Amino acid sequence: MTVILVFLAGVAAIIIWWLSGQRLMSKPWAEIGTLDDIQGAARPPIPVAKFGLGIFLAVVGALFSLLASAYLSRMSGSDWWAIPIPRLLWANTAMLIGSCAALQWAVVEARRGADEGVRLGLDVALATTVLFLAGQIVAWLQLVAAGYLLVDNPANSFFYMLTGLHGLHIVGGLAVLARTRVRSRGAGTATSARLRLGIELCATYWHFMLVVWLLLFALFTGLANDFVDLCRQLVS
Amino acid sequence: MVDIPTSAGDVIPPAEVADVELYHPKSWWTKYVFSQDAKVIAIQYSLTAFAIGFVALVLSWLIRLQLGFPGYFSFIDADHYYQFITMHGMIMVIYLLTALFLGGFGNYLIPLMVGARDMVFPYANMLSYWLYLLAVIVLVAGFFAPGGPTGAGWTLYPPQALTSGTPGGRDWGIILMLSSLIIFIIGFTMGGLNYVVTVLQGRARGMTLMRMPLTVWGIFTATVMALLAFPALFVAAVMMLFDRLLGTSFFMPAIVEMGEQLPSDGGSPILFQHLFWFFGHPEVYIVALPAFGIVSDLISTHARKNIFGYRMMVWAIVIIGALSFVVWAHHMYVSGMNPNFGFFFATTTLIIAVPTAIKVYNWVLTLWRGDIHLTLPMLFAIAFIVTFVNGGLTGLFLGNVVVDVPLSDTMFVVAHFHMVMGVAPIMVVFGAIYHWYPKITGRMLDEVLGRIHFWVTFVGAYAIFFPMHYVGLVGVPRRYFELGDTVFIPPSVHTLSMFISVAALVVGAAQMVFLFNLVWSLFHGREAGGNPWRATTLEWQTPETPPAHGNWGKDLPIVYRWAYDYSVPGAPEDFIPQNQPPMVGLSRAPA
Repeated sequence: MTVILVFLAGVAAIIIWWLSGQRLMSKPWAEIGTLDDIQGAARPPIPVAKFGLGIFLAVVGALFSLLASAYLSRMSGSDWWAIPIPRLLWANTAMLIGSCAALQWAVVEARRGADEGVRLGLDVALATTVLFLAGQIVAWLQLVAAGYLLVDNPANSFFYMLTGLHGLHIVGGLAVLARTRVRSRGAGTATSARLRLGIELCATYWHFMLVVWLLLFALFTGLANDFVDLCRQLVS
Repeated sequence: MVDIPTSAGDVIPPAEVADVELYHPKSWWTKYVFSQDAKVIAIQYSLTAFAIGFVALVLSWLIRLQLGFPGYFSFIDADHYYQFITMHGMIMVIYLLTALFLGGFGNYLIPLMVGARDMVFPYANMLSYWLYLLAVIVLVAGFFAPGGPTGAGWTLYPPQALTSGTPGGRDWGIILMLSSLIIFIIGFTMGGLNYVVTVLQGRARGMTLMRMPLTVWGIFTATVMALLAFPALFVAAVMMLFDRLLGTSFFMPAIVEMGEQLPSDGGSPILFQHLFWFFGHPEVYIVALPAFGIVSDLISTHARKNIFGYRMMVWAIVIIGALSFVVWAHHMYVSGMNPNFGFFFATTTLIIAVPTAIKVYNWVLTLWRGDIHLTLPMLFAIAFIVTFVNGGLTGLFLGNVVVDVPLSDTMFVVAHFHMVMGVAPIMVVFGAIYHWYPKITGRMLDEVLGRIHFWVTFVGAYAIFFPMHYVGLVGVPRRYFELGDTVFIPPSVHTLSMFISVAALVVGAAQMVFLFNLVWSLFHGREAGGNPWRATTLEWQTPETPPAHGNWGKDLPIVYRWAYDYSVPGAPEDFIPQNQPPMVGLSRAPA
């Protein structure tokens, strides 16, 4: 359960940092509301949707941290045989990185108010993401064809389950991205604050899911295991 | 300290918090059924939770009939008994208490108490309820599925949850249970995001975090915890579904069942226990923290006195929330884990007693020399304190490894957790309903029926669970269908069991009085007016009762003070609402 505890420690650090700015030491019983006391206006104008996404990503982070914890814990079983990594996964990773870059570019273009650039960025992001998902499915098929079935080995089970759950999260994001793309039709839309916010939210989500994917990939290839071993040695 | 009015105080513009664009329902369906109004969603959540809670209540009767009078009721066989205890536990913990505190009270109270018009994501909020309802339907479907619901115990430990000896293990029972949990968690996440972001971003002007009523603090912290803890149950449920449906071996070790080797191999049941309790322990506080918060407000309002140590109360809530994530393995002392872990988890467990004790002292000190009105909410609040202390003390026993090992899986544990997270939070639920029902419906609940309900429930709960400790101490195991002729169990235990069962039937019947009261008072209750308890918090200051869509009139309220200005010396009344501007010449120094 180390991974989830480390993740929660990170979340706790953010919460403590945030709480430290909330005047927890104040004496509310002694403060009657003169104008200076009123804090409402001083709150940073972060859109609620960004806040909501941030908290949702914390939940998703907890979910994948728990899965990683389970993975590392189950790995110590004697029946564990690591699954071979199809070379295609490297190409898929490149696709996902590409879609993140395209979305980031769309954010920049949206801030500049360039309609064409926004649409191009979103199109590229959509295409590369679809390619990523298709690539993941092809990778599954390759593994199945090579005889690595879901039930044969816990490593296989984890591989299919984790890539599947990650893929489902990407599919959900894809639906939102497609809606954002539909909204970006027509001239002058890039300047609308609503669309810009939508693109920014998509970009944040994609970056997060990319990081999740890279960590999962590191788990599958065994890179993470070397790192965990190193940590264990350092601790002991 | 002096209430200093400033001229500036009068010219504060009404709403600097941007008014949210409210969704306005266009038909009867979108107003009352597919509603996006948090208050309607709250009532939908509560009624659904009550309905499924009633099922769990009937199950508890059946459990007690079997335990008190083994062999008398032929329609309860061993399989049914295990299905009853499983469904009773799961429903009460998740589908009743969690849903009611967060989905019910959270939805109703958060926007009103922080001075918002509604939740920030009303559409997701609506989806949250419908997913919850779907989860309940899937859960109930288990009763009608071939083989019936799962009988694995509410902890659903593999491998027994998935083997054919367990009811529902190879049938639909366990599949429906796990699916229902997954749906519940997805639905809860949608609601939970709302509660958290509304508290963070939707507060009225002047409502600093340290001016929020403790009810909001409790629900807020519990929601944050639930958002981080429920994924553990989600992961466990998904992996177990894989094991059950696809034949993987995440949790299932090599097993020979009825002479037949199952295909699974090498899975780790302990891993499931870790995941389950990583959710399961925070869950205790997900239920307890809203109760802590609500009871603080009930005590303060009905004792006409400010809450003692408000800051400490807030800190204690946050600290309890954080600590509850590092105690999970105290549920696993007998799982064969490393003794050093046991030492660690015993220590963290006992540390939680510190902030919890602070809260108990502060409640008692709030009562000290208060102008105590023994209204129904106050009676339930006091009953909560007593019961919680009782259950908390036996928690100190069970938190210690050497004491827990012999007591593990006995009725002592059952008595402990029913006291601390069953009876105690339910007392708060009742107190809260008697307290806020006038705001929700505009009418008071009937006092006489309420008192009957209170005394039978309170005394009855002790009649049930106090003797149960003794039953556990002599070694009666939990979850046994019948005891038979067991040498170490004296005949007096059977007498006591009968007594407990009769008490359970009576307490269950008292809840019918409560349900009747809810319906009867809706039509015949005394008109309540806007603020019958003369309370300070914002929900009592709405222009209309029950609050209209959008909660406030044209302008959002402005908050000038904390939520506990009761009996302020020199004030014209013994309470000052949070949105009352500063008054001239009011000295706030203690007399």
